[in-house]
Amino acid sequence: MQNILEIEGLTKTYAGGFTALAGVDLAIRKGEIFALLGPNGAGKTTLIGAVCGLVRPGSGTIRAFGEDMGRHWRTLRRRIGLVPQELSTDMFETVLATVNYSRGLFGLAPDAAKVEDVLRALSLWDKRHESLRALSGGMKRRVLIAKALAHDPELLFLDEPTAGVDVELRRDMWRQIAALRDRGTTIILTTHYIEEAEEMADRVGIIQAGTIRVVEETRTIMAHLGRTEAHFTLGYPLAEVPEALAAFPVQLAEDGRELVYRGGDGAGQGKAQVAALAKAMVLAGVEFTAINMRESSLEEIFVTLLDSPAGQGEAA
Amino acid sequence: MIHFNARSAWSIYLHELDRARRTALQSIVAPLLSTMLYFVVFGAAVGSRMNSGLDGVDYGAFIVPGLLMLTLLSESTSNGAFGIYMPRFTGAIYELLSAPVGFGETLAGFVGAAATKSLVLAAIIMGTARFFVDYQVVHPFFVLGFILLVSSSFSLFGFILGIWAKSFEQVGMVPALFVMPLTFLGGTFYSVDVLPEPWRSIALVNPMVYLVNGLRWCFYGKADFPVIVSLAMALGFLTICVVIIARIFATGWRLRS
Repeated sequence: MQNILEIEGLTKTYAGGFTALAGVDLAIRKGEIFALLGPNGAGKTTLIGAVCGLVRPGSGTIRAFGEDMGRHWRTLRRRIGLVPQELSTDMFETVLATVNYSRGLFGLAPDAAKVEDVLRALSLWDKRHESLRALSGGMKRRVLIAKALAHDPELLFLDEPTAGVDVELRRDMWRQIAALRDRGTTIILTTHYIEEAEEMADRVGIIQAGTIRVVEETRTIMAHLGRTEAHFTLGYPLAEVPEALAAFPVQLAEDGRELVYRGGDGAGQGKAQVAALAKAMVLAGVEFTAINMRESSLEEIFVTLLDSPAGQGEAA
Repeated sequence: MIHFNARSAWSIYLHELDRARRTALQSIVAPLLSTMLYFVVFGAAVGSRMNSGLDGVDYGAFIVPGLLMLTLLSESTSNGAFGIYMPRFTGAIYELLSAPVGFGETLAGFVGAAATKSLVLAAIIMGTARFFVDYQVVHPFFVLGFILLVSSSFSLFGFILGIWAKSFEQVGMVPALFVMPLTFLGGTFYSVDVLPEPWRSIALVNPMVYLVNGLRWCFYGKADFPVIVSLAMALGFLTICVVIIARIFATGWRLRS
């Protein structure tokens, strides 16, 4: 698949000596939603800033749409949009004025129909004459998205797009981001909400201490590192795992009153194995009164990866 | 090849003027009121008993260019400074930095708007001054040109100040502690020729003396110094400011982290 953004050997050390990027290599595919995950200070915002022109990188190259950002920044920036993490804009302006300003700033002629489309898509049309300071936090965040979309970017950066918004609004925002992808916009988002990445992203990248630790398809990362855990409450305590169940990854817990299964691949294999295990238990005459089952989340995978020095992967 | 996106510059320009419209009370009415008070006190009340030191020009008329310059320099500096400091303070500068605009568009937009505000203010002050003192303009086009030159120069200076400043206090400090006092002492209310030595020599070190006298020449065709000296000073200051801002954009100082 064609890459829309290619970053090689990108470094950034701030004046205070803090190294935010320690040689980042990353490629983003056209048309995908890519989630960049990482703890605070990992380098997510610095990486976005370096691509968008807010941060001056120490070394490395950034190529967007096949061209060098350093040399062709004027033409390339027209095709890139940014929604910052902070609600940073002139709060005394009206919604319509600030979106029109953004369009003009990117060198485009006024287009009332286009701006109306963007505002309607984000449910802001009815608020167009209101001052930003009169809007709720969620609405202000939508305005920032509208500003970023005013010049029809092909590549959109969303830095913590749903930070501080309620659950309902967050889900609404997810729908809008998915709609953008459906229209062909490539989206790179940073988030602290693992659920957000799991729900929306085609691929996930994990950055830690300025280095990309792993880049994988969301489904693949779940399949490789995901786990299913099932707790069978037994009808009577067992001293050891019965021979008929030895082929399953199980062990006894709670003084033999529980049989615990840990296995699977995070993509359905675990559920099938638990079903097979339950059948084998019935056939072997092992009684159980309850089953508690859960899948490991991307968050657990994320924590496991960051805790494990062996968890380093190769950036795609 | 020089790139300049006129539409981007125009957007910044209109955006800044809109901001000025929202703060008209502070950026137009307040300086207008204080300048009018000077005209009432020094022009109408005290002026009739004063000698301007400039042949054929009443004291009330003599102080018009100086008072105009006093307001223009302070307001141009403040407008230029707040224009860029506000987006830095609110974080809204991210949009400017991530947009396909460079040195030329940013300067044309911000400084053009700051200079426009100064011109509007100058026109209002000159119109209102007619109610208090009788003055005439010998070189109206030179007045317009000189005001435009000085407004642009000090808007650029303000732009540098707005990038340098780390707090609102620093933004307000330079116009209040340096620009206004130096203009006050730069011959706004008197001709430097009437000063005794060593004060006259000391006054000549003050660059504002040349700017005030330049505008005075444009008004009355006579001043303490040849107008070419004033013009050279203003152009020199403009050039220095442009070079400094070009350097700031090239290095990203205080703009890009």
